[in-house]
Amino acid sequence: MKPQIAEPDQISSAREQSGGELSLRGVSHSYGELVSLDRIDLEVSAGRVVGLVGPSGCGKSTLLELICGLREPSGGAISVAGSSDARERLARCAYMPQRDLLLPWYSAIDNAALALRNQGMRREAARTAARDLFERFGLGGFETSRPAELSGGMRQRVAFLRTLIAGKPVLALDEPFAALDAITRAEMQEWLATALRTDPRTVVLVTHDVEEALYLCDRVAVLSSRPGRIVAELGAAARRAEDRDAAVTDPAFVAAREEALRALREGSR
Amino acid sequence: MKRWALPALLLAALLSLWQIAASTGALENALNLQSFLVPSPAEVAESLWDNRSLLAENAWVTLREMFFGILAAIIVGVGFAVLMHRWRVMRDAAYPLIVASQTIPIVVISPILVTWFGYGITPKVVIIALVCFFPLTINALDGLRAVEPEAVKMMRSLDASRWQLFRRVEAPTALPHVFTGAKIAVVIAPIGAVFAEWAGSSAGLGHLIQSDTANFEVARQFATVAVLSGMALALMGLTVLAERRVVGWR
Repeated sequence: MKPQIAEPDQISSAREQSGGELSLRGVSHSYGELVSLDRIDLEVSAGRVVGLVGPSGCGKSTLLELICGLREPSGGAISVAGSSDARERLARCAYMPQRDLLLPWYSAIDNAALALRNQGMRREAARTAARDLFERFGLGGFETSRPAELSGGMRQRVAFLRTLIAGKPVLALDEPFAALDAITRAEMQEWLATALRTDPRTVVLVTHDVEEALYLCDRVAVLSSRPGRIVAELGAAARRAEDRDAAVTDPAFVAAREEALRALREGSR
Repeated sequence: MKRWALPALLLAALLSLWQIAASTGALENALNLQSFLVPSPAEVAESLWDNRSLLAENAWVTLREMFFGILAAIIVGVGFAVLMHRWRVMRDAAYPLIVASQTIPIVVISPILVTWFGYGITPKVVIIALVCFFPLTINALDGLRAVEPEAVKMMRSLDASRWQLFRRVEAPTALPHVFTGAKIAVVIAPIGAVFAEWAGSSAGLGHLIQSDTANFEVARQFATVAVLSGMALALMGLTVLAERRVVGWR
């Protein structure tokens, strides 16, 4: 077991109620002959944000799908909040795909409320619940906009709220900001940091952006190229500090980033 | 310039050419025929006006056949597509047969259907549906399969049931494709209607063309064809209007 890192106060309260701890033991996965993931061990306690970084094709998206119960591993065991059954995992994880995949036939608010509708809530009640989140997360006034009328950053916010509103203890985010320009991406990282401060969850964040991982996560696992193995684990470097710009230029952060990049380079060989 | 201006101009040019060729007698000389067998557009228009109530009566019969035939094709075609999409074994079993069914000439099958169902509207509806269901089935199936795998994963993870996935993602994704199929269907429906009426009927535009062939009423035949084309274009227009209303997000 890795040594536990001290928790900030605001997270520890969420830990007790959420029950979103993750445990991966010797998890492997292969597509036919092709081994995509090789004996992954990962422990994440509830309310923590863990990052998975690695080169393209190292199996990080596959790992996310395994955790969410969208796939079954070829070997090893995955448990989410104590259950390793795929259906139970699916019930406890909300998955946010790489592209926003907002449904063009629904308004922004109906897109965000999708999970509530699926869970059987009536349309008006679901909208009321989503409207509250829109206000809190800077989307007020865009409720009735069609996805095509929103900017890339706005679309990602709606997609994130759609994931959050499902009310699941674990959020699985697959490169949520990869398609955005650098400025919008930095804004979105700050926005996500704020969102997670007010509504903490266990988060598995897949990204190829080392800085993003180190800023947003409590812990970062570096994966090697295929077959994906965890080659390094780094502790918190900025832990969603309110002032992102100051956090990422801090010498300790820069050093952590260099260390992560070095691990990434070595793992890609 | 309006979108329809160019095609209208081309049509006017072609009709003028035909008018000149027919009224100068060039066409009848070239075909070595008597002039009443080679009517000019003006004579066709005159026939259209003179026979307006006869044409309207028969057009109504054919329009009803087409309406119910297309409706049946939409229900059966989309229904097949949904079944084939839902159950892989259905697709594997039925898809080759559906494609093969399209190689059977409708002229061959029409008299058999008339033998089975009589001279009423039923065989016409069946024949029109047979002609129209193929583009609907294929397009609807393509539409259902156009859903991105990532969207399916997202919906599953957001607690969607199979039905909710269909209703909220698959059906809306397939809808524009269904309209594409419907646009093809309404244009080929008149072909089915004419063959169906030729195989056995007592009224309808196809029936009228058939009896006019025997009586060398060439001008009225052209007038009938014009009405039939007009009906197909009107149905096309209605389909496009419906598409804009229903698939408003595009």
